[in-house]
Amino acid sequence: MSIKPKPHIALFIPCYVDQFYPNVAISTLAVLEKLGCQVSYPMNQTCCGQPMANAGFERDTVGTTKHFIETFAVYDYVVAPSGSCVVHVKEHSPKVEGLEKEQAELHDKIFEFTEFITDIIKIERIDGSFPHRIGYHSSCHGQRGLRLSSSSELNEKPFSKAKKLLENLEGLEWVELTRTDECCGFGGTFAVSEEALSVQMGKDRLDDHHAHQVEILTGGDMSCIMHLQGIAQRQNQNLKFKHLAEILNEAMS
Amino acid sequence: MSHPQEAAEFLKDPAKSKWHDDTLWFIRDKRDKMSHSVPEWEELRELASSIKDNVLGNLADYLEEFERNATKNGIKVHWAANAQEHNEIVLSILKEKECKAIVKSKSILTEECHLNPFLEKNEIEVVDTDLGERIVQFLGQPPSHIVLPAIHLKKGEISELFHEKLQTEKGNEDPYYLTQAARHHLREKFLAAKVAITGVNFGVAETGEFVVCTNEGNADMGVHLADTHIACMGIEKIIPKRKHLGIFLRLLARSATGQNITNYNSHFRSPEAGKEIHIILVDNGRTAQLGREDFRNSLKCIRCGACMNTCPIYRRSGGFSYKSTVPGPIGSILSPGLDLQKHSSLPFASTLCGSCTDVCPVKINIHEQLYRWRQEITKAQGTSVKELSMMLGNGIFKSPLAYNYSGKMMRLALKNLPKSMIYNPLNVWGKQRDLPTVPKESFKEWYQKNRS
Repeated sequence: MSIKPKPHIALFIPCYVDQFYPNVAISTLAVLEKLGCQVSYPMNQTCCGQPMANAGFERDTVGTTKHFIETFAVYDYVVAPSGSCVVHVKEHSPKVEGLEKEQAELHDKIFEFTEFITDIIKIERIDGSFPHRIGYHSSCHGQRGLRLSSSSELNEKPFSKAKKLLENLEGLEWVELTRTDECCGFGGTFAVSEEALSVQMGKDRLDDHHAHQVEILTGGDMSCIMHLQGIAQRQNQNLKFKHLAEILNEAMS
Repeated sequence: MSHPQEAAEFLKDPAKSKWHDDTLWFIRDKRDKMSHSVPEWEELRELASSIKDNVLGNLADYLEEFERNATKNGIKVHWAANAQEHNEIVLSILKEKECKAIVKSKSILTEECHLNPFLEKNEIEVVDTDLGERIVQFLGQPPSHIVLPAIHLKKGEISELFHEKLQTEKGNEDPYYLTQAARHHLREKFLAAKVAITGVNFGVAETGEFVVCTNEGNADMGVHLADTHIACMGIEKIIPKRKHLGIFLRLLARSATGQNITNYNSHFRSPEAGKEIHIILVDNGRTAQLGREDFRNSLKCIRCGACMNTCPIYRRSGGFSYKSTVPGPIGSILSPGLDLQKHSSLPFASTLCGSCTDVCPVKINIHEQLYRWRQEITKAQGTSVKELSMMLGNGIFKSPLAYNYSGKMMRLALKNLPKSMIYNPLNVWGKQRDLPTVPKESFKEWYQKNRS
């Protein structure tokens, strides 16, 4: 009789999270471990190639993609604290010759952090305490790319995987925004190539959170948060910013 | 100017750009409420999209069926391969009718073909009869939105314009008063025109009839008073059967303005005794787009404008920033097919947020096509500085060693360089945004120390 080993999960940490937000990565790792997962961080991982592909250079990311597939092929699951990078890997990474099977398998086993918890390990509720007023910034790639929450444009029953994970935390107040899922204006190279628009969109999102007396703005993609936090800091606003994984980790300890 | 420059200009008047954003968001919100009140909304979208798939897959057959049936009904059918041919056909009909002044009901296709300047050059007076369209015509501007052509103007500006053009009272901004003035002015034009031009929303292959949807009734007024009706139709406007209108008409007005249905949905099937109907079927780049596999389903568009109202870029940069007859997300995937060089910045005027795709009543994957056009544009433009720096980026990310080294250098630099160097004019990010606080170690370094 053989005992089925515990699935081995690889952590994929987006490059800018690795460099600028180590605490988000540490929290992602910690939460998954607290939930009983066996997690490793493959040391030779790099980037998924999204910044290049979204700028119109998908064809130049074959090498990056090949390295990505080879790095993660041996694991049962790949989990990343970023909806944006996961959508890229699934939908926009170029086909790599000779690795067709591995690439197809990767697309089925890579998950964004919240959907991995709600859909794969099927955690119904997370208990803990986080007595704060939370505004959730829904990243477009997570929302409309991975369908992590309902779209305001679609005629569908409202749902949010992030809300499901947060709503049982003691003392947490989930704030409903006026424009529930408008883009923050980050958009990768858009943040720089359309600087004026990008910043205006960010300011408008922040105004929505301020108008609802949000204390901590959270979300599943640090790229949106980096952009929003950058604007808020420049304007000396006292809004706080945390990745969803950081909130869960603090609440669960 | 490219889109980013135009957008920056538009944002220089924060009060007006905020008003523009709020106004269009209000329409998007109305559209949400209206579409959410139809339980089968998503099913309607799916049906409409499938019907259009069928149309695009059999376009030649449906067009010939339409031509046969329309001809049987007494309509004169013309074919135009491009804008020039379209304009020449219109002119030849006007010459035959010895017509020197026409009324036109909004047709984006005639804008696309630049019919007005062409006719004016040939000494024909053209009067656009939709209120919004007439306003921008007075100003010598193109429409800034395909459904709401004067949405970029506030009522004070219209009051001033009407004072100058229609001698209304100075400073009277009452919308009712201004609309009445336009009505009286247009009534004279309607009565004088022998030929009326309209666009077409749907051409029905099965019956050879076509349908024109308006809110102001001006298309009907023009057509019924004139002896000759010229209808200009893009070849993608075909639907197979009349019963399909039951799907498209329900989607169109709700998506466009949040109304149940447009006020006038007029069916034109055969001319009255002694009168003529001409229909011009226009290609102008459409079959080329049909041949582009990644982009063909952009031809499903029914011109509701919902993608403009929802687009966070369009709402904050205005229709003129796109410099394209059809602006906004749909314009950004249609226009590069017409002139790749001229419209090369449009597919980049997006965060790929995907709201356009979810709002589209015929389920065009607009944001996916924006992504695909980006790939085409960089290819067509050849190697550029941007491409080189991106290649460099790829070089770094491909090799773990190079990546670790450069990431560390970046963090070191950010920590130690004076602010004036980090936030220099070349650093576009830092113009209005701070950079993240630099941590003492990367996650990779933390993991190495603590876990391996």
